[in-house]
Amino acid sequence: MTTLQLQINGRAVSAAGDATVLEAIRSAGLQVPTLCHLDGLTPVGACRLCLVVIEGHPKLEPACVTAVADGMVVHTHTPELDTYRRMAVELFFAEGNHVCAVCVANGACELQAVAVEVGMDHSRFPYQYPRRQVDASHPLFSLDHHRCILCTRCVRVCDEIEAVHVWDVGYRGSSCSIIAGLDQPWGEVAACTNCGKCVDVCPTGALFRKEDGSGEKQPHPERAHQLVEARTEHHWHNQ
Amino acid sequence: MTLATPPKLRFATVWLAGCSGCHMSFLDLDEWLFELAERVEIVYSPVASDIKVFPEGVDLCLVEGAVANADNLELALQLRARSKVVVSFGDCAVSANVPGMRNLWAGVEGGSRQSVLKRGYVELADTGAQHPHAPGIVPELLERVLPLHELIPVDHFLPGCPPSAERIRTFLEALLRGEAPPMEGPAMLGFG
Repeated sequence: MTTLQLQINGRAVSAAGDATVLEAIRSAGLQVPTLCHLDGLTPVGACRLCLVVIEGHPKLEPACVTAVADGMVVHTHTPELDTYRRMAVELFFAEGNHVCAVCVANGACELQAVAVEVGMDHSRFPYQYPRRQVDASHPLFSLDHHRCILCTRCVRVCDEIEAVHVWDVGYRGSSCSIIAGLDQPWGEVAACTNCGKCVDVCPTGALFRKEDGSGEKQPHPERAHQLVEARTEHHWHNQ
Repeated sequence: MTLATPPKLRFATVWLAGCSGCHMSFLDLDEWLFELAERVEIVYSPVASDIKVFPEGVDLCLVEGAVANADNLELALQLRARSKVVVSFGDCAVSANVPGMRNLWAGVEGGSRQSVLKRGYVELADTGAQHPHAPGIVPELLERVLPLHELIPVDHFLPGCPPSAERIRTFLEALLRGEAPPMEGPAMLGFG
């Protein structure tokens, strides 16, 4: 594997030839906020929080789906990027119905945490209050569309790791939403194995276990990566 | 020779559409309230005075709660006109939070105002179901519950449901020193 040299925030960094800019940033011990990204799942660049400046590129690039190149010069935190990141997080809050005080994920929510990270003390955009539904048809879990930020982690973990593809994205524009099966109630989708991986990796309170009340959700976003690693390295065969 | 004591800040706290949790958290400041009382004169507050009319010439005003009815709106406009510094105090003031959840019904027949009154006073009533209607006594609901900054200019935001006493103290200490509050990191930011 070739090793490429790039510069991130003025620091010389080496990265594998097939690495993404996000991987290079993290391997250098630097951070950019992410929501849709999850180690173990295919990156999709949906949330736009990992946007970076790459010198010579005419527009901002999402680090998670941009491949490194030799000699690349990357900036992860500029006043422009910080402004856009905070705006993006404010738009997430304004677009859905994220009432933290009564959410199962309060205190363990990645959207909540990223709001703190980008310094959001209020949303400058008017709240939209879309009328959405809660799907409680599954015997173990529920889906609260009010909390969904369309990161598609659930779609990817179900497709790529559980290999079932219960979830998909339906509709368009502001009506865009996660759908189960052929846009059925989740509990009626026979393919669902009740594995709970989608619930484990959901960054907000959109997917949760029925027994969880306000502030009781305990997400496990590391599970996708653990499973991929265990399968690749045959952890189970060694025991 | 005696040193002149600095003039006390004229301090107010207001309770709009909220649960009073932010004021309870304010009272959790415990003995630091004595220190605060040496620095400020409380000229209006639901928990520290019995004054009914928001006074003129307020230096610092903490506002708990969203703007949900005609009385909230009138008081919000009044406190802005009469205060130098206005603080959105807690998630309801900052984001409309739980009171704002009735806005989900803004687009249905009758709107959020009728929907919430019908549910609360008619559908769930055991006896004597009727819409509350007493003009001049029971304030009319606004069609949408709004965070404070969508109606009046707000100088500072202090999020949290409620903001902890520690967060309130750090915030007020900075303002009393004439500094901008250090609104960074999980100790000072975060809804919920």
